[in-house]
Amino acid sequence: MTAPHPPAPDVRDLPARPAWPDATGHFGPYGGRFVPEALIAALDELTEAYEAMRVDPAFLGEFARLQRDYTGRPSPLTDVPRFAEHCGGARVMLKREDLNHTGSHKINNVLGQALLTKRIGKSRVIAETGAGQHGVATATAAALMGLSCTVYMGEEDTRRQALNVARMRLLGAEVVPVTTGSRTLKDAINEAFRDWVTNVETTNYVFGTVAGPHPFPAMVRDFQRVIGDEAREQVLERIGRLPDVVLACVGGGSNAIGIFTAFVPDDGVRLVGLEAGGDGVDTGRHAATITGGDPGVLHGARSYLLQDDNGQTIESHSISAGLDYPGVGPEHAYLHDLGRAEYRPVTDSEAMEAFALLCRTEGIIPAIESAHALAGAMQVGREVGPDAVLLVNLSGRGDKDVETASRWFGLGDHEEVDPGPGLDTDQQPTEGAVSNDDATAGQDAGELA
Amino acid sequence: MSLLQDRISAARAEGRAALIAYLPVGYPDVDASIEAMVAAVEGGADIVEIGVPYSDPGMDGPTIQEAVDVAVRAGVGMTHVLRGVEAVAAAGAVPVVMSYWNPIERYGVDRFADDLAAAGGAGAITPDLIPDEAGPWLAATDRTGLDRVFLVAPSSTDARLASTTAACRGFVYAASTMGVTGTRASVGDAAQRLVERTRAVTDRPVCVGLGVSDGDQAAEVAGFADGVIVGSAYVRALLDGGGPAAVRALSVDLAGGVRRVGSGT
Repeated sequence: MTAPHPPAPDVRDLPARPAWPDATGHFGPYGGRFVPEALIAALDELTEAYEAMRVDPAFLGEFARLQRDYTGRPSPLTDVPRFAEHCGGARVMLKREDLNHTGSHKINNVLGQALLTKRIGKSRVIAETGAGQHGVATATAAALMGLSCTVYMGEEDTRRQALNVARMRLLGAEVVPVTTGSRTLKDAINEAFRDWVTNVETTNYVFGTVAGPHPFPAMVRDFQRVIGDEAREQVLERIGRLPDVVLACVGGGSNAIGIFTAFVPDDGVRLVGLEAGGDGVDTGRHAATITGGDPGVLHGARSYLLQDDNGQTIESHSISAGLDYPGVGPEHAYLHDLGRAEYRPVTDSEAMEAFALLCRTEGIIPAIESAHALAGAMQVGREVGPDAVLLVNLSGRGDKDVETASRWFGLGDHEEVDPGPGLDTDQQPTEGAVSNDDATAGQDAGELA
Repeated sequence: MSLLQDRISAARAEGRAALIAYLPVGYPDVDASIEAMVAAVEGGADIVEIGVPYSDPGMDGPTIQEAVDVAVRAGVGMTHVLRGVEAVAAAGAVPVVMSYWNPIERYGVDRFADDLAAAGGAGAITPDLIPDEAGPWLAATDRTGLDRVFLVAPSSTDARLASTTAACRGFVYAASTMGVTGTRASVGDAAQRLVERTRAVTDRPVCVGLGVSDGDQAAEVAGFADGVIVGSAYVRALLDGGGPAAVRALSVDLAGGVRRVGSGT
């Protein structure tokens, strides 16, 4: 590594950390550690290492260098006036996490955790993944730092996100399809915990979101808060004031916490998390954990979750693999109870409408996850009117979703995506919305080769 | 007083370790699972862990997952578990519930404690609840006199061994190998080291789980522990279609093992 380090950050300049969690990882009544005793020593080790490195100028300097030279930070802030016409005329700005290396915000967190893995002397990382973005990011960081990598992914998701499976394998990771339970993200997390408890001496678990046992919710937040720290400065610089509303999609909630954290002390700024409403919360087929769930314990922490009367986790449903998760990070549960953030559901249809709209008005293909935040901006913009400024976290790009979107909009035969020009525009529910998607699929294949 | 500790002490008075069998309620169905528990007792189990089915059993290997998944899909819940508790008590063994925390929290911690005590249960083993997070459960078990069993692991520090065992009542569950449940060819000496470290900080009985599958391994563990916990091997007997007869035969083999102290390989 020959690139010069950015000036070592002065730890006194670090942004103020929220007053939560407490020393044992509790966000009010949420969070904590609900894990087998066998994992406590590893969690303690990780907590101790992280707390030391969080204020270590050498670690922070290396992390800052990677963010700048490898990820490409700071990510841009993009005004989207043509899209904003559909948001009640409010001004809409996108924080472009889709332009990060690997295509989403997930890289912010994995670089931090992979650096930490090396510092605590472990040689192997494991990760869970839903849409595949966190798996790709972890495989990327592992390749960069010479760590071996195993990614657990629900078998159902390996089918929905075959492109990301190929990416991870190209990057040298082992991808293990998980065939237990609902064969989605929650089961991948269970399997990753089983691996960790067995191989904890050599292995660090690079958790992908702000859920799980302490220290993950706080640590992942701290690695992701760069999104909001940058965006707050960028918005101030551009318009001389803070945004009125900050919006982000919420599955586990890491991109939302990432952009919310800098604004939590700004009382005048509304924070809105958009949950995956699937077919609609009233149908029971959704992943809107805070809207449609209640408090309980899942995957090592107390938070909201979707559960039945016996305390069994209910399988979630969303067109977006990355939001298809029946739990949510404990800090979101706490922000909800405090009334500091609002959580609303966005259905599959609403998200796909916003997806198509951003494609054709701005030339940006968003991840379907992020399209939930865009749909939220369309709704909230109409409520707050044309003088408002909305900041939306565009957490990822949509290349991985091209096949799902093509299928949704009825474009051709999608067992083998046809890149030809013969799209029948009559079949498209939103005219001209996604006609460039197949070309993007072709590009992606080129990128992989 | 502690139902679990009394039973383990009685076994010790006979110069042997206690045999603790785990079976989940609801596999292959509720009635058959309870018949299997009774068969385990008839074959010689002193204590039966009545497993509460859970959708996300993070500490269990494939064998127990497969059985529990069937029970979860069938909607098996705490009322069925309490039937199992009554049946085991009636068969003459000590029933203890084994549950991940969320099903207990969902049922209601105090309601669970009251109903479990009323059904004749000794208490509960909570594999994903550490004493640090157990405030309401400590209070409910103190109020009702139920036993509460927490786990210790080879990775536990001496300080945690001391604090965790101090919170236990009934026995201490030594999760002998780092890993999930499942049968293993060898139990290994990690178990013995963990038991020795645990005994150094507590007078409570120490029982060993994770990995024991036959009478010879049971004999080996009985050489250094107060109780031998067997789970996956019982579940395997049911998964293989052996029914109560296979469960009873396994208990007979294991019960022989815990009486052959020191003769294990």
